[in-house]
Amino acid sequence: MLEILELAASIGDKPILKGIDLTVPAGEVHAIMGPNGSGKSTLGYVQSGRDDYTVTGGTATFNGIDLLDMEPEQRAAAGVFLAFQAPIELPGVNNANFLRTALNAIRRAHGEPELDAVQFLKLARTATKQLAMPDDMLKRNVNVGFSGGEKKRNEVLQMAILRPKLAILDETDSGLDIDALKIVADGVNALRAPDFSALVITHHQRLLDHLVPNRVHVLAHGRIVRSGGPELARELEKSGYAGVIAEAA
Amino acid sequence: MAAVTETLDTVQSVTQSGYKWGFETTIEMDFAPKGLNEDIIRLISARKEEPEWMLDWRLKAYAAWLKMEEPHWARVDHPPIDYQDLHYYAAPKKKAGPKSLEEVDPELLKMYEKLGIPLKERAILAGVDPDTVENTQVAVDAVFDSVSVATTFQQTLRKAGVIFCPISEAVREHPDLVRQYLGTVVPTGDNFFAALNSAVFTDGSFVYIPKGVRCPMELSTYFRINARNTGQFERTLIIAEAGSHVSYLEGCTAPQRDENQLHAAVVELVAMDDAQIKYSTVQNWYPGDANGKGGIYNFVTKRGACRGARSKISWTQVETGSAITWKYPSCVLHGEDSVGEFYSVAVTNNHQQADTGTKMIHIGKGSRSTIISKGISAGHSNNTYRGLVRMLPSATNARNFTQCDSLLIGDQCGAHTVPYIESRNLTAKVEHEATTSKIADDQLFYCRQRGLSEEDAVGLIVNGFCKDVLKELPMEFAVEAQKLLAVSLEGSVG
Repeated sequence: MLEILELAASIGDKPILKGIDLTVPAGEVHAIMGPNGSGKSTLGYVQSGRDDYTVTGGTATFNGIDLLDMEPEQRAAAGVFLAFQAPIELPGVNNANFLRTALNAIRRAHGEPELDAVQFLKLARTATKQLAMPDDMLKRNVNVGFSGGEKKRNEVLQMAILRPKLAILDETDSGLDIDALKIVADGVNALRAPDFSALVITHHQRLLDHLVPNRVHVLAHGRIVRSGGPELARELEKSGYAGVIAEAA
Repeated sequence: MAAVTETLDTVQSVTQSGYKWGFETTIEMDFAPKGLNEDIIRLISARKEEPEWMLDWRLKAYAAWLKMEEPHWARVDHPPIDYQDLHYYAAPKKKAGPKSLEEVDPELLKMYEKLGIPLKERAILAGVDPDTVENTQVAVDAVFDSVSVATTFQQTLRKAGVIFCPISEAVREHPDLVRQYLGTVVPTGDNFFAALNSAVFTDGSFVYIPKGVRCPMELSTYFRINARNTGQFERTLIIAEAGSHVSYLEGCTAPQRDENQLHAAVVELVAMDDAQIKYSTVQNWYPGDANGKGGIYNFVTKRGACRGARSKISWTQVETGSAITWKYPSCVLHGEDSVGEFYSVAVTNNHQQADTGTKMIHIGKGSRSTIISKGISAGHSNNTYRGLVRMLPSATNARNFTQCDSLLIGDQCGAHTVPYIESRNLTAKVEHEATTSKIADDQLFYCRQRGLSEEDAVGLIVNGFCKDVLKELPMEFAVEAQKLLAVSLEGSVG
């Protein structure tokens, strides 16, 4: 279970998050929607430990562990995964190498035996097959020369292989065609389990058709201004954010 | 795939910090007194039981050296070197001279073990049945300070007609070959350090590959500077006759010490028609401590002559050690359609200084050269690529492609690229590309978000940056090289 209480964070002097209260119980998928610049990506970065952000108040715990007190790689080992809105390129670093190094780092942190190349490749091929991705995705350098859609799909592949307990998807569906969108939804749905939680940041109802969230939250000006069931997303799709935000103000 | 696997394993397994190879072997040494003069040269020559011509050659070089001045054009900075304050000869005291591995001093074998000599060498040195390591056979000529102590696989090589022995032995056993080629690629008066080496060189390797022979195994030499205040002046000569092939590996480590030690080697390669020489180096000599105290001065002259048509010389180097590196492995491309290659990774951290690159001298028609240089600077270090591409009037349709990439880690280090291009033939083509980049914070964060520690992330990114060069190394060497990159950059971020 993810519990965020009165979380406030800033970049330099500029406050971005101004007191977020959010609980995602184990086994649930919640959607975060909201206009551009409302702090959605910041919420993802702060939970995963990007150091450009200063936490100025509040707490964030996952299964009772204080996330804000840990290094990014410790949070990853605790099961936190962030699918980046703009995935980063690593020239010369083979995707399979990268993923195996990451997976083994996490396994080491759990005291589990590391996977050798053969074991890893088997696991990775199963994942590419499930996600209907070509195997050569694994051979290419991490995100280098990938199209926008391929980069997003690569994030989903990484998630499928690392099997996080808390997945934060930052607009992973943006710029994707319907088929790719379904891959993203399938990726999350495949991980659904009683001990898995997800925060899905999106602008589109379309994704939520495939990935029915337990709750939908609207973030505006650094606060959650409204929460509701899946029907809230449909309402927003129809009438936009203005009404909801005005109502909250 | 196997190499990739091992790579990951090694990158991850490297968690210890500091210079791993800083131990000293307590074998009784036989020293010449400090200082350099004709008598010392005579002593070295006598200890090596050299013929008269060799001594004359040395003395001529010494006379030339006396008239020369230490070069100061490189972007490196060091206090003056007192050439009279060094020992020019040190050898482990001989009992009878090892005839087989059993007779090699166990202390020495233990040292190789500590060194983590990679590949199969240690097993071979330890006396493992050579048949069991058949597929990746590596012959080792280990240079422990100044005397080659263990030479393996002589039998197999001899059957192929290959000569692989200490150069001091070659001077005695194959004087005609040595006289014919020694100093023809790097003349005694070529430069200050080459002249010094010619006067006082103590050991090194000699390789002769006869016509049409493909050397049946990789040849490998381990150099190691052990005695305090001993300059190591090794000299290597490799001759590849027409149609022959050879791959030669050189690895270097030195124990940790406070004084700076001087290392001035000369390597000469000769490739005749259709011959190919691949020369790979992994250099991880003691770089000095975090404050820039101590470390090796590595002032090396390496040059290959592609004398024959379609001959090819390929230099691959991974330079992670030494306080100062001054090194420009070069190719003189005489032969028509001859090929020169230079692949380099140079890493500097803390207060290390590297000024390294290559010279490609195009003489033959249609000669081609490729230069790929990857410089990585961290800490307070300075890393310079200095390269010359010269197209002589005879070099019709010659071609060069140069790519120099620099990677900066932190904001206290420097990367410099100094390309010299001279073209005196209108049909020759020279291309130069250069980039400078930094390890971006978002790259580090991306890796760490996936679970990698900061140091593993740097190791992965740096290895990715160097991939084009590392893939040129023989497989087992590549693994060691990648491990070294990670070790050399420890503590460079955060």
